Amino acid sequence: MQTKQLLVLLLVILVSPALLFAAGTVSGKITYTGTPAKMKPIDMSKEPSCAKQHTTPVTTEAVVTGPNNTLANVIVYISAGAPDESATPTQAVTFTQKGCQYIPHVLAMHTGQELKVVNDDQTSHNIHPLAKVNREWNKSQPPGTPPLSEKFDKEEFIPVKCNVHPWMHGYFAVLKTSHAAVSSDNGTYSLPNLPPGKYTITAWQEDYGTQTQDVTISGSETKTVDFSFKAKPY
Amino acid sequence: MKATAKWLLICLAVIPAVAAFAQETHVGTLTGHAAEGKKHYRRYCIGCHGPLGDGNGENAQWIDPKPRDFTAATFKCRSTPTGTLPTDQDLFNAISRGFTNSNMPHWDPLTSQNRVDLVAYIKTFSPRWQSEKAGDPIKIPAEPAITMQSITHGYELFQKMECWKCHGQQGRGDGPSASTLTDSKDNPIRPYNFAAGADDSRFKCGVTNEDIYRIFITGLDGTPMPSFADVIQPNDAWDLVHYLRTLQTNRHSKENEVLKAAGGKIPTKAPDSNPPAQLDNKGSGSGN
Repeated sequence: MQTKQLLVLLLVILVSPALLFAAGTVSGKITYTGTPAKMKPIDMSKEPSCAKQHTTPVTTEAVVTGPNNTLANVIVYISAGAPDESATPTQAVTFTQKGCQYIPHVLAMHTGQELKVVNDDQTSHNIHPLAKVNREWNKSQPPGTPPLSEKFDKEEFIPVKCNVHPWMHGYFAVLKTSHAAVSSDNGTYSLPNLPPGKYTITAWQEDYGTQTQDVTISGSETKTVDFSFKAKPY
Repeated sequence: MKATAKWLLICLAVIPAVAAFAQETHVGTLTGHAAEGKKHYRRYCIGCHGPLGDGNGENAQWIDPKPRDFTAATFKCRSTPTGTLPTDQDLFNAISRGFTNSNMPHWDPLTSQNRVDLVAYIKTFSPRWQSEKAGDPIKIPAEPAITMQSITHGYELFQKMECWKCHGQQGRGDGPSASTLTDSKDNPIRPYNFAAGADDSRFKCGVTNEDIYRIFITGLDGTPMPSFADVIQPNDAWDLVHYLRTLQTNRHSKENEVLKAAGGKIPTKAPDSNPPAQLDNKGSGSGN
């Protein structure tokens, strides 16, 4: 009897954390309907040190599509119901300038989270986040200088540009939550580590705007939440 | 009187005092008040800057550059780091000096008290002034002597920081990126042309060497001009100032005299991948 009781106890001990700390996942795919505008080719001839880094033609990145009508670079995040909103992650996010482009094109970060901006090119860039809610600043970053360290205090989708290279465009999505993801090259995203609860998921695409859906997580299941945006022809 | 009632009375007395104090500005020995400033604003400023202080006054549609949008609390000419609010003195200077080559006049006809009051009123257009203090003015070390060595080093910085990409090799505002520049409201904007203008070759944020120093160290917020505070050391910054003065070929200056005395050419090193044009400072009227 003792062994049996012990075994049951062990089982309960092993299983209960999973029940107590059940974490679900919301994942899905972002697609579009209609025909998206053609991306424009970028002429980098005025910046030879960048032009030579690209072997294939470079285009603007306002709408990046993947196979089967999917959309990349869509930010998907918990806009309501997110747990631990006040916890600012301690690790930094990195924004890199390489080949006179921003990598990644859209970067999600928590308010107050450290942003590192790296210049990986042989030319000077200036980082100019055109913030309207946060402070607007503008800093020069010549090649070979250390990464810049900045942060934003308020929630905002901030367009970023380089004045020296007018084709460079990116976005900072400063969010009140760390539960955010950027859709991949084939339009998929995943938001793991969600405790049971009701959530509002918002998807944001820089040209197509936002969409929201509600989802409820009850345990450690994976719920699928797909978004479909109407493409604009121009 | 009961303790709570006394306390309440004190609070009621203090709160409006605090609120009023928050609207005060201080420049020198003068104190400005927003209520006074409002009257002057509605007489002198509203035509361009608009009743809401957002730069959409009646006249705005016909002028370029556009009037400042005070609701954004982003200002060009500051002594404070990029992204921070200017000091009361900065705003006072902007009103007093005006902005050369723009429709913002230098408001000498208004008394200093009027201008300090205006500064107080302008600060009511954006909530940022309630939640944030002005930035800490940058520290500017004493200016070193103007020598060829300083000017040459300044030239090297001009190349290294790639200022020429917008300003052009002779600082004429004709660099490769110049024609594509837009300000933060997407209006086209040109970089400063050092060779333009008459004897004083004014620029928008002042006239002195210290003003030039402040411009590239703090950056001109709201425009393509970034801050170089993180990448230029204070002494190097003075060298750059001295070099930039030599680009103002139409202006009599100690820098131009020193350059002329040294033969009018800045010694350049061996050409690199972006060989700059050889500089020749024999422009008309320089150093006579």
